Amino acid sequence: MVETEKMVKAITMLADGLPHVKFMHVCGTHEQSIVQYGLRSLLPENVEIIAGPGCPVCITPKYDIDTAVFLAKHGVTVTTFGDMYRVPSTESLSDAKSRGADIKIVYSISNSVDIAKKNPHKEVVHFGIGFETTAPTTAVVVKDAPENFSILCCHRLIPPALLFLLGLGEIDIQGFIEPGHVSTIIGVTPYRIVSEKYKVPQVVAGFEAHDLLMGILMLLKQLREGRCEVENEYTRVVKEEGNVVAQKMMDKAFEVVDADWRALPRIPASGYEISKRYEGCSARKKFEDVLEEFVYDSREPKGCKCGEVLRGLVYPDECPLFKKVCTPMNPVGPCMVSREGSCSIKYRYG
Amino acid sequence: MCLAIPGKVVSIEGTEGVVDFGGVKQKVRVDLIQELQVGDYVIVHTGFAIEKLEEEDALETLRLWEELAQYM
Repeated sequence: MVETEKMVKAITMLADGLPHVKFMHVCGTHEQSIVQYGLRSLLPENVEIIAGPGCPVCITPKYDIDTAVFLAKHGVTVTTFGDMYRVPSTESLSDAKSRGADIKIVYSISNSVDIAKKNPHKEVVHFGIGFETTAPTTAVVVKDAPENFSILCCHRLIPPALLFLLGLGEIDIQGFIEPGHVSTIIGVTPYRIVSEKYKVPQVVAGFEAHDLLMGILMLLKQLREGRCEVENEYTRVVKEEGNVVAQKMMDKAFEVVDADWRALPRIPASGYEISKRYEGCSARKKFEDVLEEFVYDSREPKGCKCGEVLRGLVYPDECPLFKKVCTPMNPVGPCMVSREGSCSIKYRYG
Repeated sequence: MCLAIPGKVVSIEGTEGVVDFGGVKQKVRVDLIQELQVGDYVIVHTGFAIEKLEEEDALETLRLWEELAQYM
């Protein structure tokens, strides 16, 4: 095993003489590891790592949370992953439950299907959030879901978001550390267009301190050698072609749609909706009539900088609400709720 | 949210298997993995095995690290 000290020395050597470089990762689990292991403090001054829109809970639109709450208040059982439960919205799922709505936390979409099977006279809607890592689990269950089960499909796709972020031109990025488990599903190829179009190196990395340091080392080496490629550090899990079985299932289960991301403008071709073939599993379709009465209040909390945090423009402690008004006990924005939100991680680890 | 943890497959029955996570055994769906066998290692995300861990792929990581050792 290569020692951390040696890796840091190599990073320092490769960074020496380079201008200030900024690498972005788009994964809450990466941010968790970077902060937990104190990796930023090990890097030379001219190497900066920032977090992008990598927490699926944080980027799930307020509109969709409000839709889930609306359905729960209209006699539907809504199941959700725990991370989503307390995310602030017009009314969080947790607040709605305390007021009597039938909302249940599940570990897996399979648990949600089991609830539907055990309660055949009750409509069950699963709040289907998550990136490409989670989307295949939805694709598996739509094939033979019970009639009283449907999905509020809010899955989002990482490569279109990278293209969109760079296209905004707000931020100068010299490299991306790509998420290991999203890449487990999609493989390495879908990132190539980002390197080709914007001339940025990318490395798919795992989640141990050594994986991330090696990812940074590989990005610096590419910069040194004037290369803009997609490399894979996490070969023990990520295959070049990804999980082909999962991809085939997703192709059948979903259609790609333009999608909203919380705190970002609508991103072209960046989301999944349930395909026509499995339309009976789409909660939006199934409850079309009920949802006609849904009135949306788009106001976000004043002063909250989650949008800028998610776009990599500011660090959490640059938000005026951070640790003062906004805490994990009393979160104002989504990034303070999820354990993988940048604000929550910064609050817990400093 | 994209957290996935490794475990060892101890039994398989149809689309379900039991995975041992260092002593804690849990049922997981295995529909997303081809040619899975008892004894294989998988990584599991929200109750679904999403990839098999292969020894030769793990060795590829080590090879990569050795290659970059010239800078260390």
